[in-house]
Amino acid sequence: MTPTDARPLLEVKGLRMHFPITEGVMTRRTVGEVKAVDGVSFSVARGETLGLVGESGCGKTTTGRCILRLETPTAGSIVYDGVDIAGLSQKQMVALRQRIQVIFQDPFSSLNPRMKIGQIIAEPMKVHGIEPDAAKRQARVRELLTICGLNARFADRYPHEMSGGQRQRVGIARALAMNPEFIVCDEPVSALDVSIQAQVINLLEDLRERFGLTYLFIAHDLSVVRHLCQRVAVMYLGRIVELADSDTLFDNPQHPYTKALLAAVPVPDPLIEQGRVFRPVQGEVPSPINPPSGCVFHPRCPIAVESCKQSRPESREIQPGHFVACTQVGLS
Amino acid sequence: MPPLLDIRGLHTEFRTSAGVVRAVDGMSYSVQAGETVAIVGESGSGKSVGAMSILRLIPDPPGRITAGEVLFDGQDLLKLSEEQMRQLRGSQIGMIFQEPMTSLNPVLTIGRQITETLEQHRGATPAAARERALALLGLVGIADAPRRLKQYPHQLSGGMRQRIMIAIALACEPKLIIADEPTTALDVTIQAQILELMKELTQRLNIALVVITHNLGIVARYATRVNVMYAGRIVESGSAAAIYHDPRHPYTIALLRSVPRLDRPRQARLDPVEGQPPDLTRLDGGCAFRPRCRFATDACATARPVLAQAGIEQGHWAACFNSGSLSTTDQAA
Repeated sequence: MTPTDARPLLEVKGLRMHFPITEGVMTRRTVGEVKAVDGVSFSVARGETLGLVGESGCGKTTTGRCILRLETPTAGSIVYDGVDIAGLSQKQMVALRQRIQVIFQDPFSSLNPRMKIGQIIAEPMKVHGIEPDAAKRQARVRELLTICGLNARFADRYPHEMSGGQRQRVGIARALAMNPEFIVCDEPVSALDVSIQAQVINLLEDLRERFGLTYLFIAHDLSVVRHLCQRVAVMYLGRIVELADSDTLFDNPQHPYTKALLAAVPVPDPLIEQGRVFRPVQGEVPSPINPPSGCVFHPRCPIAVESCKQSRPESREIQPGHFVACTQVGLS
Repeated sequence: MPPLLDIRGLHTEFRTSAGVVRAVDGMSYSVQAGETVAIVGESGSGKSVGAMSILRLIPDPPGRITAGEVLFDGQDLLKLSEEQMRQLRGSQIGMIFQEPMTSLNPVLTIGRQITETLEQHRGATPAAARERALALLGLVGIADAPRRLKQYPHQLSGGMRQRIMIAIALACEPKLIIADEPTTALDVTIQAQILELMKELTQRLNIALVVITHNLGIVARYATRVNVMYAGRIVESGSAAAIYHDPRHPYTIALLRSVPRLDRPRQARLDPVEGQPPDLTRLDGGCAFRPRCRFATDACATARPVLAQAGIEQGHWAACFNSGSLSTTDQAA
């Protein structure tokens, strides 16, 4: 593992995850499918944080679950450190699971309420045989709690005795217990209050530097994503519509959906806000069961032309590292 | 002109097995007719309980309003009978809650839920109520109104359900609407649609709006006046410009510094409010923010500061002994 490795740690190509919709009790038959993820490609370099943003139902969480192999993708490849994991069996995945960990959104439902914090953090080490010695395992638990900014005494408490911010720190400690390289962070700060959110964001940053971690950061809060991520991919109805480095994407968005998304977020400054003309994008996200033809954004798009209804726009590199899936960008 | 809503020293307690939780602990603020006032705070600061107390919707037991006055149009709502209060809710004061799925009745059609309000409060005939319901749906931007009236809440999207909630709140032409986190459950593009709709309608119909939120961006965009809550009290109150550009309470300063900004390049680190929010069963006689405050002095342990004039703007108050000497120079950096 050399840091100068030019190959990305994770490379996702043409990922599709279609869930069948079934009908009938005795004779199940498929009557349609939900195209949750429909041809998604991106890569994540070692030590980088890639943000995956979009609104509910855009497929960002499903993409994360495919990478964790909690789902078996319908098509496409997920190459992790040179190995395509899209088709691996659950048995073959076991070794990789130590290297790829996850932090979930809701720190209440992702911690077993009947287990003490110490057991929760120690369990993955026990299951994977990382630390067979019980005493050493407990020492490691205390170390992890301290690393995550919690008092080591918390090992004897139960999840319900802790606040949301503290529980999220436990979730992070549990992920770190495996010494992972890659962590899928699925909305890790969305359930937290602003003052606590900033504490957890700083912790995630510190850990990335300290342990050389790589993050896939899934979130809908664009301000948090801008702060944490080097590069950002914007998803809409199962597809990536724009991908660029963070400052480019936020200061110079190109795709009409990215523009609409950014324009919809009020910033905490009354002088800026009260002078801003606000024209929210009309309509709602269509159903992924029967997505619009051609470009999936065309029914809501302010610059759509006739051809947008027919053909699906390919992702184009308009500047080095800046990809946009829109045929109208850069025309006039 | 006397304010439309004037809350003075409101106290609401919950008696729990862990002790008495003083959820609202001396809350005072006022709302002028037609004005939009934001109540900002984090979980447990008492902002929702405060709003529910205005409407007397606190379940008793375990909750109880123990002291204070809620003057609405000159009359104290806390002195009204339950029947008088029921007449007032939904007619003179409208409500919009966070989760439109749980605040709409799942077994009644949309049409029934709107006409019910009109028939109850206005004595409207079914035909007149239906006419008005159709007009209201048009007002909140719902197309194909006759079909929508026959649908049930589960057949609508979250944004659509929130539009229905707004239609119900507007039905009896209230003077005041209380909106508790009206867009927290919605996606950002839908949130923007709903907020712009609420702004447009409240301005056009001259309705005062109390909006409860934790989102500092929404407050900056929509509120004329801002009240910041911490541990059951308003700790700072002022115009949006004063609160954001000349904050005078350490908690407000810390809150504004801790949010990442969409309109600024990434900085190295955020500046969080350290520590945890206080346990409301164990508040002592000092300032509740003291344990997390970087400006705290010995005086802060001796008494709880009350709101006093702060900053240069008239009507800008902060509850802090040191509000005159806080350094906020790096605020705009």
